[in-house]
Amino acid sequence: MGAVVGTLTMQTKQRQPSRDKVDDDLEMTMVCHRPEGLDQLEAQTNFSKRELQVLYRGFKNECPSGVVNEETFKQIYSQFFPHGDASTYAHYLFNAFDSAHTGSIKFEDFVTALSILLRGSTREKLQWTFNLYDINRDGYINKEEMTDIVRAIYDMMGKYTYPVLKTDAPKQHVDTFFQKMDKNRDGVVTLDEFILSCQEDENIMRSLQLFENVI
Amino acid sequence: MAAGVATWLPFARAAAVGWLPLAKKTMPKPPVDKKSRNDEILIVNVSGLRFQTWKNTLDRYPDTLLGSSEKEFFYNEDTQEYFFDRDPEMFRHILNFYRTGKLHYPRQECIQAFDEELAFYGIVPDIIGDCCMEEYRDRKKENQERLSEDTEAEMATDTPLPPNSTPRERLWRAFENPHTSTMALVFYYVTGFFIAVSVIANVVETVPCRPIKGSVKDLPCGEKYSVAFFCLDTACVLIFTFEYLMRLFAAPNRCKFMRSVMSVIDVVAIMPYYIGLVMPENEDVSGAFVTLRVFRVFRIFKFSRHSQGLRILGYTLKSCASELGFLLFSLTMAIIIFATVMFYAEKGTKGTNFTSIPAAFWYTIVTMTTLGYGDMVPNTIAGKIFGSICSLSGVLVIALPVPVIVSNFSRIYHQNQRADKMRAQQKVRLARIRLAKKGTTNAFLRYKEEGGLQDHDSDSAALCLKNRSSFEHQHHHLLHCLEKTTNHEFTDELTYSEMCMTESVGYRTSRSTSLSSQQAVSSSCCPRRAKRRAIRLANSTVSVSRGSVQELDTLQVQKSSIGPQSRSSLNARTEDLKLNCEQRDYTAAIISIPTPPANTPDESLPPSPAVPGILRNSRTTSYTQEAVKISSL
Repeated sequence: MGAVVGTLTMQTKQRQPSRDKVDDDLEMTMVCHRPEGLDQLEAQTNFSKRELQVLYRGFKNECPSGVVNEETFKQIYSQFFPHGDASTYAHYLFNAFDSAHTGSIKFEDFVTALSILLRGSTREKLQWTFNLYDINRDGYINKEEMTDIVRAIYDMMGKYTYPVLKTDAPKQHVDTFFQKMDKNRDGVVTLDEFILSCQEDENIMRSLQLFENVI
Repeated sequence: MAAGVATWLPFARAAAVGWLPLAKKTMPKPPVDKKSRNDEILIVNVSGLRFQTWKNTLDRYPDTLLGSSEKEFFYNEDTQEYFFDRDPEMFRHILNFYRTGKLHYPRQECIQAFDEELAFYGIVPDIIGDCCMEEYRDRKKENQERLSEDTEAEMATDTPLPPNSTPRERLWRAFENPHTSTMALVFYYVTGFFIAVSVIANVVETVPCRPIKGSVKDLPCGEKYSVAFFCLDTACVLIFTFEYLMRLFAAPNRCKFMRSVMSVIDVVAIMPYYIGLVMPENEDVSGAFVTLRVFRVFRIFKFSRHSQGLRILGYTLKSCASELGFLLFSLTMAIIIFATVMFYAEKGTKGTNFTSIPAAFWYTIVTMTTLGYGDMVPNTIAGKIFGSICSLSGVLVIALPVPVIVSNFSRIYHQNQRADKMRAQQKVRLARIRLAKKGTTNAFLRYKEEGGLQDHDSDSAALCLKNRSSFEHQHHHLLHCLEKTTNHEFTDELTYSEMCMTESVGYRTSRSTSLSSQQAVSSSCCPRRAKRRAIRLANSTVSVSRGSVQELDTLQVQKSSIGPQSRSSLNARTEDLKLNCEQRDYTAAIISIPTPPANTPDESLPPSPAVPGILRNSRTTSYTQEAVKISSL
């Protein structure tokens, strides 16, 4: 009798009823954001229409909803740095991109930041960098903020480096930085100090031109 | 890296500006991008269905056909598009891979077709997305199993024996595939018969027969006719022993054979008899001996060599070992639990059958399998409640692994059926292929017959020749070139076998085939004969011994030994002249007549007054030796 029941159950299994309960699970918030018109963006940024088109197509392909949240941002950025942990630095980057602090990056934010980084003047670039370092947006970079940033960068390197990373390497790095940047030795770096110090450094000026041809 | 990551790379590089003030060393130079930055739309035409995509999309995967410069081979200048003569439905999936980075497997497509498309476009199947990977793998495995089964089936049964196999190999083959030879078949049926006889004898000898005179009690037949049964048993055991020893002798790998299941069954089937012979008529020992006789029932398993269904069943059980193990384990657990419960529930009752937990095992098993003999029943209410729970859970526990076993059996059974169907199909297919091959050879022969080989001008050419396709013309030309190269001509089987027969005494009767009437074959310096009959030699001492066709089958060419072949000596030389009309062993000239192109060593033949003909040779494969002519009248 057990065998009979068994065979019967097997028969029903073969029919394979596919009644998935999709309704309950698909409560995804379908947020969709559309950017401003192409002309407006062209006016606001230093990109041509074509470049904006290429950028948007890539952006839309990756984020069909039109916005990038921090998780996705971190994931994307981490893919470029498989050796170490890029999430901390990505977090700071995200905040730098998300100038309006909405919690998500829209295409306009994306393109604005790229415009500054790739097509902006030296001063604009340095200002953007200062904003990146200034985590709490108070206009000053203090040692703790800098240490966080530097540590985040070193985290991206991962464990296996040559020479072996010492634990106080970030701290040393920050000390060097402050020695160079902090002119009046008050323990914080202001925007003007930062820009001035960078303009005095040949290497930095030269390397700012490196990323012009990225797009 | 995924497709989308490539899109974000510019952004990641731009964000590197943030590192610059901190940099300890100078930054390296960026790579120079030579390609033009402007993105363009490419048109890909797949069998008429036009797909359009950005060039960047295809460039995401540079190690595939579409992403590399290989696609330039398919570029059509006139229409400015890439044309592929492939399946457009499949191409949709391929292109989606470029777009989304995930390759999906379309379930309704054949797995082999899909694999071929992937191979063509240079895409490795490992990147199939997780959603489709399982299905893909399952179907691929199924397909591979099927293919390997087919090749196994092909190789196993129907391959002809290699010509020089030892008697031992032949014997083994006869045992494994009884339908190959009559003797094997006879032996197969005889053993089957004796197995049946032995089993029936075992059964019948326990049936009570009428008692012998003077006694009251019923005797089992085994004791009444003990001598007869003993003789029967002896005969069967002798046959089985003989069979086992023969198999052991013939087995290519004796150790492996001795460990195989069937041989173990054979041994177990015949051992009790020998042990019984050896053992003394001691009362104590014979009790154990009786137990041994139980093993005689194993002879029935010998039937599995004769029945495929039994083998399938055995194979199913073996392949479902894990499910069976699970079933057993869960049953054991349930039995122990319920037996304990029932024992303690029924402990108080007077005169209960549940004397101990092991005693309660019997009740539990009988209840769980829903047998319910009724020899043990609970009396207390608690006992009855637990008893009902026991029977309900028994149904469930047994019903769980059974579908798995059933589906396994069904799958294996269908596989077997499919193997049989495949074999039948193979035969039909091979016959068709042979027919087609014969068709093409016949086509060429007909072509020659109709004068296709002559240099004809367009007016006089036969109409039927004109109707042939250019492919046929070129093919026939190729075959003709081969004929010229080897200086032999193609004939058909019939003609060839006739040729073999008429050459029994070494005369090469120049039988021109009934098919051709060449006049213009100019490479041979001897004109062809127009006559189509076999020409007897002038001496007419030749008697074409038709009866010696048998000998002809074993004749082989001995080229070097063909010495001066005067006609008179030809008669005496029949043994030397070996002509093998089989496929591979080659037929060659027997008689050579000195003619300019011929360069046989034996030039001592007197020039014949006859019109030399040309030896036709139906196997012109790699024979580039001398042209052979025959003198005949």
